Amino acid sequence: MRLSAPPHPTTPGLRRVSPVTERPATRWLLVVTALVFLLFFLLMPLAAVFVEALRMGIGPYFAALVDPDAIAAIKLTLLVAAISVPLNLIFGLCAAWSIAKFQFKGKSLLVTLIDLPFSVSPVIAGLIYVLLFGSSGWFGPWLAGHDIQIVFAVPGIVLATIFVTLPFVARELIPVMQQSGTDDEEAALSLGASGWRTFLKVTLPNIKWGLLYGVLLCNARAMGEFGAVSVVSGHIRSFTNTMPLHVEILYNEYNFAAAFAVASLLAVLALVTLVLKTCLEARGGPGVSSSGRP
Amino acid sequence: MSARAICSGWVRPSVMPGFGMTLGFTLAYLGLVVLIPLSAVMFRAAGLGWQDFLALATDSRTLAAVRLSFSTALLAAALNAVFGLLVAWVLVRYSFPGKRVLDAMVDLPFALPTAVAGIALTSLYAGNGWIGQFLEPLGIKVAYAPLGIMVALTFIGLPFVVRTIQPVLHDLDAEIEEAAATLGAGRARTFRKVILPVLSPSLLTGFALACARGVGEYGSVIFIAGNIPHVSEIAPLLIVIRLEEFNYAGATAVAAIMLAISFILLLLINLIQAWSSQRMGRA
Repeated sequence: MRLSAPPHPTTPGLRRVSPVTERPATRWLLVVTALVFLLFFLLMPLAAVFVEALRMGIGPYFAALVDPDAIAAIKLTLLVAAISVPLNLIFGLCAAWSIAKFQFKGKSLLVTLIDLPFSVSPVIAGLIYVLLFGSSGWFGPWLAGHDIQIVFAVPGIVLATIFVTLPFVARELIPVMQQSGTDDEEAALSLGASGWRTFLKVTLPNIKWGLLYGVLLCNARAMGEFGAVSVVSGHIRSFTNTMPLHVEILYNEYNFAAAFAVASLLAVLALVTLVLKTCLEARGGPGVSSSGRP
Repeated sequence: MSARAICSGWVRPSVMPGFGMTLGFTLAYLGLVVLIPLSAVMFRAAGLGWQDFLALATDSRTLAAVRLSFSTALLAAALNAVFGLLVAWVLVRYSFPGKRVLDAMVDLPFALPTAVAGIALTSLYAGNGWIGQFLEPLGIKVAYAPLGIMVALTFIGLPFVVRTIQPVLHDLDAEIEEAAATLGAGRARTFRKVILPVLSPSLLTGFALACARGVGEYGSVIFIAGNIPHVSEIAPLLIVIRLEEFNYAGATAVAAIMLAISFILLLLINLIQAWSSQRMGRA
């Protein structure tokens, strides 16, 4: 294993005894410890998904994926993401525009409130909609009277997904828009461009990588959300089962190979997300996600 | 709206268009999706009355679940603080084969759906799993025990710590380390006295973020925990169980306690960040 010193300016002859790095043995030990930790906590769980999925062979693997319940779950997951991601995209754009381009009182409180869904347990995210729209909830009797089903139906799943994925686009866009300032837009406006035209031709090109990045993370979470969706779904097969919920049902029926087969699709989604994310970070430079949070 | 707002003076005048529309939509959306539904929990909890709420909140099963969620989240966050710092250090300071792939992989717990992580970790640590088969003869039971909850929360929390420390470590000026070395400090002493104090706000932030996430985590934990009441039943699961019993009051009480813990952690995180930016500003 090759371990080179950090890129600090050191005299070539003195590299091995540089005062601002560790001895080679220490370095080696630290790297190996970190690698072993990552092996146990990241790589092995990921590998386990694919190994368990293919344990029974390739035939049962595909059989589990083309099962009608699995297909219904995949369709519902795509539908939920197709509704919740665009809505949160519009919200993210509006929130970032008002927060980054204007100065007003209570701004930092607004930013904190936008982040709130990240600090709330996903189970509570589901619970709040049951308390509002469930049969004994605030709007329960009214909804029942009008024959509208929200909880234990698709609208509830969409609402819960919107809740947990709400901050993703906004929190990526706010720093990017703040960084680009308002000079470009003001120039466009003074040249007679309309507000919409300014946004489309001036702002959007500046923020496109940050926007894609936020949408990517939002989508990954929307398709993979489990806790919040589990509480509001009611687990009705073929109707209110998303992919993660389908994994749970199969797993609890001891149908491990099928559970891991569906799980492997979600793992592939996660890997694709990571690859695209790395590409976007290389493209967008340090402007894209300097935040430590997801 | 914006004209009135400008007159009342809470927004600085600007030639930029669309303030009223975008802020209006932001507030309406946030209010309808997040704030009003969340306040429903608080109203429900308040509606229980103090006596009933206290009875539900101090129920021994509730207390055990909250205590378990909180203690496992703290321990997992502490473990992540140590290993996350190590991973961030190795990724920023050294170069080795496969470093870029590993760097990208650190975000896997963000990207991998929690249910998938849960069943994968369970299969690894079960008695016949890749890792479990070596631990079981030693008398260490991970899956279906509180230790399993810690493993799952360590997996979930790792990126929070690594990703908060990494940029700070990256921007750390080499000159202060050189100065320490010139003044005769060894590497260990430089790390303890020079590097660690600079890193400590981000380390604390990462710890608090991992902890906050861990307290509320559900998907990855329920598969590996075993879910035995009083022993390995986490607070979010108890909410789900109470809901399935149609015991909405019980579910609300647990949720109110957990929301309170989340808000305290959120406040703590904001305080740490304010403190650190103030310190950095002065430096």
